Amino acid sequence: MTVAALHEYLEQSARRYPQTCAAVEVSSGRQITYGELDALSDQVRDHLRRIGVRPADRVGICLPKSIASLAVLFGILKVGAAYVPVDSLAPPARNAFIFNDCGVRAIFVEASRAETLHCELARLAAEPCLLPLDWSDGPSPLATYLARVEAGGLAVEDESARPGPDNLAYVLYTSGSTGQPKGVMLTHRNGSSYVDWCSEILAPDENDRFSSHAPFHFDLSILDIFVPLKHGATVFLIGEELGKNPTRMASVIAERRLTVWYSTPSVLTLLVEHGSLDARDDHALRFILFAGEVFPVKHLRRLKAEVPRARYLNLYGPTETNVCTYYEIPQTIAEDRTAPFPIGRACSHVKARVIDANGRNVPRGQEGELAISGAPVMLGYWNMPERTSAAFHVDSSGRWYRTGDVVIEGEGGVYTFRGRRDRMVKRRGYRIELGEIETALYRHPAISEVAAIARSEESGVSIKVFYASRDGHALSLIELKRFCAHNLPAYMAPDWFSHQQLLPKTSTDKIDYQHLMRME
Amino acid sequence: MNAIQIRTMARDFILKEFLPGERPENLTDSTELITDGILDSLATLKLVAYLEKSCGIEIAPDELVPENLNSIAQIANFVQSKQASR
Repeated sequence: MTVAALHEYLEQSARRYPQTCAAVEVSSGRQITYGELDALSDQVRDHLRRIGVRPADRVGICLPKSIASLAVLFGILKVGAAYVPVDSLAPPARNAFIFNDCGVRAIFVEASRAETLHCELARLAAEPCLLPLDWSDGPSPLATYLARVEAGGLAVEDESARPGPDNLAYVLYTSGSTGQPKGVMLTHRNGSSYVDWCSEILAPDENDRFSSHAPFHFDLSILDIFVPLKHGATVFLIGEELGKNPTRMASVIAERRLTVWYSTPSVLTLLVEHGSLDARDDHALRFILFAGEVFPVKHLRRLKAEVPRARYLNLYGPTETNVCTYYEIPQTIAEDRTAPFPIGRACSHVKARVIDANGRNVPRGQEGELAISGAPVMLGYWNMPERTSAAFHVDSSGRWYRTGDVVIEGEGGVYTFRGRRDRMVKRRGYRIELGEIETALYRHPAISEVAAIARSEESGVSIKVFYASRDGHALSLIELKRFCAHNLPAYMAPDWFSHQQLLPKTSTDKIDYQHLMRME
Repeated sequence: MNAIQIRTMARDFILKEFLPGERPENLTDSTELITDGILDSLATLKLVAYLEKSCGIEIAPDELVPENLNSIAQIANFVQSKQASR
C-alpha cells in the first residue's frame, strides 16, 4: 500500500504538483489546482472540527457533483471521519433514512434541499448539523459558506487526522431486499488497495485526463476521484444533467482530450447511439473502462469501431469489494459473437474462488458462487451484524465475501458471469433489489398486491411490475410513475406496469414469480 | 404551427410512446413530465428527435433541460420560440 489513508493521495500530489489543475467542473468550466483543493479541504476539516466532528464520526454529502463536493469529501476524510454520499435528487425520505441509519454528525447539503431534508430527518427524530451550500451565492458556494460561518477567520489548526488503514473511510448505501437501503462500510485500506491496483493497470501520470461520470454515491467514483488525484492528473467532473446528454458528453471527450473514460455500459451505449463519436477526435483516449452491468456485444463492437485506438477493460465487482476481476476486450470482436465477454481474472490484490452453498470449492467448469477475499473486501454492513455474517464464508483459508453472482471458471482463471443467486438485478450499473421496489409500491394506498420482475433484453434490463388494486381498477400510469418518482431513486423506476385482478399464487399461497415470468 | 397544434402533437406522441393505455385527459398541459418520472433521459431524447423532425427545428444539447421540456405547455412555448428564431 502506498498510503495509510485516502486523503494522503491529495496531500502528496499537492506537495508535488501545487500549480497543476486537479479538477475541472465541466458544466461551469471552473477549475481548481492541487494546492487550492488541498487548502480548501483543510478549511472544511477545520470547520468540521470546530463544530464537533471527531475521528470515526460519519458526515453526509447531499450535493451536486462539483469542486465543492470534492473538497468536502476530502475535508471529511482529513478530519478522520467517514463520508456518506447520497443522490441529492433521490427522494428526501430515503436520504433521511440513510443519514439517520448511520448516525451522521453533520450533512453538507445543497441549500435548496436543506428544508425538506430537515423535515424528513425531524420525522425520524434525527438532529445532525445541516451545513447548507448555496449555489445562488455564486460559483464558489463552499468558499462563501466557509467565509460566512468562520467570519472570525479560519485559523489553520494542526494537521489532518491520521486514521489507520482499517478505519472507516466511506459508507456507500445500496438497494436492500427488505425495502430499505443498506450501508456498505469501506475502510481506507479497502479503497487504497484498489486505487493502487488501478495504478498498476492504467499506469497513469500527470498528463492524464480522467472522466468522472459516476455520482459520488456510486462505487465507480472511487477510481474517478482517487486515481487521478494520486498521480497529479486532472479529473473532469461530469454532473447529473450533462451525464445524461450524449451529444455534449461526446464533445467533452474530444474537446477536453480525455485519456481515461469510466462509466457503465448504459452510458457508453448512449454515447454510441447519440454521440456521433466517429465524427470526433477521440485519439487521446487511452482507456475505456466499464463496469456495473453486462455490455451488450453489438454496442461494444460499434464503440470499438468508432474509437479503435483505446484499450477496453471490463471491470467487475460489487460495492462490497469494488473491482475484483477484470477482462481486456480483444482487439477484434468476431462478427458473429453475441455472448457477453467474461468478467475476467482476479485482480492482483484479491483472491477469488468458486464455491457451493456449503463453501466447498466447485470444480473448474461448473457453476458456483464467486467468493472474494483480500484487502478491498468491506468491513461489513452498517449496523447489520447478521446480514454481515451471512454475507461471508469463513474458513481456514480466510474470510470470503459471497458475491451472490453465479460464475464459471474457465481457462487461465477467467470467470464468466452466469446470473444471480437472488432477486437482485443490475440496471444502468446500479444494484436493484426487486423487493425494494415492491416495498415502495405497497405504500401506495390504492395498491393491494405487487410483484416486480426483471427481464434481460438486448438493450439492457427492464423491470416490469404486476399489481392488483383495492377497487379492482387499473391505476393511471401517470399516477404510478409519479408515485415511483417520489418514492424511489430514478434508476429503480419500473419500465412497465401491468394491472391484474389478483396476482397468481403458488400452492403455498406465495406470489408465483415463475408464472409472472411467463406472462406477457 | 400554433401552440395548440404543437401541444396536440406532443401529447399524442407522449401518450402513444410512453403512456400506452393511459386516459388522454390524465395528461394535462401542466403534468410534470421529467420531475414526475414520466420521461426518463432516453425518452426525453426520443421526444426531442421527434420534435426536431416534425417541427423542423434543431435543439442544441444545452437546451435539453427540464425548464424547456418538463410539461406540454413548456414544450409548446419552447418549440414556438425556436420556430420564431429560425
